[in-house]
Amino acid sequence: MTSLADLLNQRSVIVCVGAGGVGKTTTAAALALDAAQRGRRVCVVTIDPARRLSDAMGFDGDRAIGNEPQRIEFDGKGELWAVMLDTSITFDALIRTYAPTEEQAQTILDNEFYNNIAHSMSGSHEYMAMEKLYELHNDDRFDLVVVDTPPTSNAVDFLEAPDRITQFLDHRLYKVLVTPSGGFARVVNFAAQGVLRTVSRIVGASVVDDAIDFFANFDGMEEGFRGRAEAVHDLLIADDTAFILVTVPRNDAVDDAAAFVTTLAQANIEVDAVIVNRVHPSFATKRALRTDDPALTPFVDVLNQSVAVATGQDQILSTLSTVLPAGAIVKIPFLDTDVHDLTGLAALAQWLTPSGDTPTD
Amino acid sequence: MDPAEFFAASRVLIVAGKGGVGKSTMSAALARTAARAGLSTLLIRLTPGGPISRLFAQPDLTGSEQTLHPGADEGESDVRGRLVTPDEALAEYLSDHGLSRITRRLTSSGAIEVVTTAAPGIRDLLVLGRVKGLEMTRAADLIILDAPAAGHAVSFLQSPTGLRGAVGAGPIATQADEVLAMLADPARCRVMLVTLAEETPVNEVVETAFALEDEIGVALGPVIINALVDVPEGLDTDLDAAFDTLIATHAPKISAADTAQLRDAATFRLRWAARQREQVARLSELLPLAHLTTPYLFSTEPGPQDLETLADSLSIGIAELHEDHA
Repeated sequence: MTSLADLLNQRSVIVCVGAGGVGKTTTAAALALDAAQRGRRVCVVTIDPARRLSDAMGFDGDRAIGNEPQRIEFDGKGELWAVMLDTSITFDALIRTYAPTEEQAQTILDNEFYNNIAHSMSGSHEYMAMEKLYELHNDDRFDLVVVDTPPTSNAVDFLEAPDRITQFLDHRLYKVLVTPSGGFARVVNFAAQGVLRTVSRIVGASVVDDAIDFFANFDGMEEGFRGRAEAVHDLLIADDTAFILVTVPRNDAVDDAAAFVTTLAQANIEVDAVIVNRVHPSFATKRALRTDDPALTPFVDVLNQSVAVATGQDQILSTLSTVLPAGAIVKIPFLDTDVHDLTGLAALAQWLTPSGDTPTD
Repeated sequence: MDPAEFFAASRVLIVAGKGGVGKSTMSAALARTAARAGLSTLLIRLTPGGPISRLFAQPDLTGSEQTLHPGADEGESDVRGRLVTPDEALAEYLSDHGLSRITRRLTSSGAIEVVTTAAPGIRDLLVLGRVKGLEMTRAADLIILDAPAAGHAVSFLQSPTGLRGAVGAGPIATQADEVLAMLADPARCRVMLVTLAEETPVNEVVETAFALEDEIGVALGPVIINALVDVPEGLDTDLDAAFDTLIATHAPKISAADTAQLRDAATFRLRWAARQREQVARLSELLPLAHLTTPYLFSTEPGPQDLETLADSLSIGIAELHEDHA
């Protein structure tokens, strides 16, 4: 079994997956700090729109982590960098990379339909997170990239997002709608006109014009995008990439987690470790105490409630052991305070990989 | 105030909160509380799954209405439930507008995806439009909508405003206007936010509340603070000296290990409750809305019994609300 410490010491990409509200962002940051403390040069990427990572790292609003890696000072031998993913900026950069001319890039960037894709199309956050991961992985400054993924109930969303959006950009509908030479949008056949009229009726003609303009201008760039999406996909399934699932000991969360493991397995991705946050302490025994003494009753009740919760949690977590026979399961207790600075992250890192576990290089 | 009056104040209750705070469980508990107060209630979810079927001990929700709770006792009404999914809402919208013939072609050609990208939020709008339709036809005394997780809740409810600007005139614009009218009218629609008494959830609920009020102008009901632990009377004592004395006089024969467990569990509970109280106080300071609270459930598989427990707390909390806070 590979331990969490091994993953932090050896892998070059760690993808943290899990549902919303399980502490994924904070966990990703703590893993990054942990690896940096081991002497590695680490960059952590977060996508969370609530900007919880910047809270966790003690950044305030004015010094929010930008779309480019920023170095975070900490007491230790490695390096810790952080990126707050800006989906639009990342998408814009990709357009600039693959547009044949700066002029064509600008036309696309100014297009309303493109802005909808970059801002709000479902999957665009996931796609750009993976794109950023790829970019940072190929950046010589870093040995390890830890990426926090958008909260999703479906594990393969972020795996499929690059392909799905690339396919969308390479849309067969647009091939019907515009001339193959590109540039000017021209409706080519009657059937397409019917579709267009319908769409115009639903959302208005200007919206449709924007869409056609976009596809016309994008013509010729889809190859570059497709190639890049394939490279991103290859990186995700590479041996050097670790997947860490973050969850909490709640029925619904663990059901989600088990489904994640299964879907990822179908995509040939093995979950290397599970981190269970907010585990209720068990106070040693599972045996219920009894009393008739009213003075002792509140104490006995509270203990028995704790034991009930702990027992229930163990049952819930045993589901995970069955779907994940080989992966390490790391339990993090219910912490007394929320993590909002490096000290808190360091304390969390201590729980993730208790000391004595540091590398012997 | 009287729970019947509280729930009759608006015909749609949108329940919102971040992932993991118990939003769906609270939607179910509110539905049951309203039904107990005599209102026939329709619970709507946007995605399949979730805790609702377990809480009512009924099959999973589908696109057609089912009874979740018949309302057995005198004066009670029923809880029904159904799914309204974005894709169904879109298909239904198209067929309502005489476009059913072309719907399949739109779908197979991928034009639907172009439409939803060209007009982001159209799915959300159509879901809200569907809810509005059910409200207009009085499908129930009260409709409770289990909204997408907060963060998404804001963009979900912003969809009509966003689209209104983009689409000009036409059926979507009309739909957006009608949904906006519903959202702006507190007699038709209110939002209830759910949170936990923990730091990050409190921060997020405050952010969401202000965003909903400023950007959408929807009326906000009391905030539900879920999963509060209690401190049983007699537990709140000095856990060093006083606890030792208590054990020495009341349980002299108990083992050292059991004594330690009792002390540890009590210490943990007191710290937990104290931390929650701090966060409840912070919430009161940051957000001028009344609170309803529900207890932490020690059962791991919350079922019908737990749903009643939650409904009990909500009923009591609502009864204690002042008129001007509801």
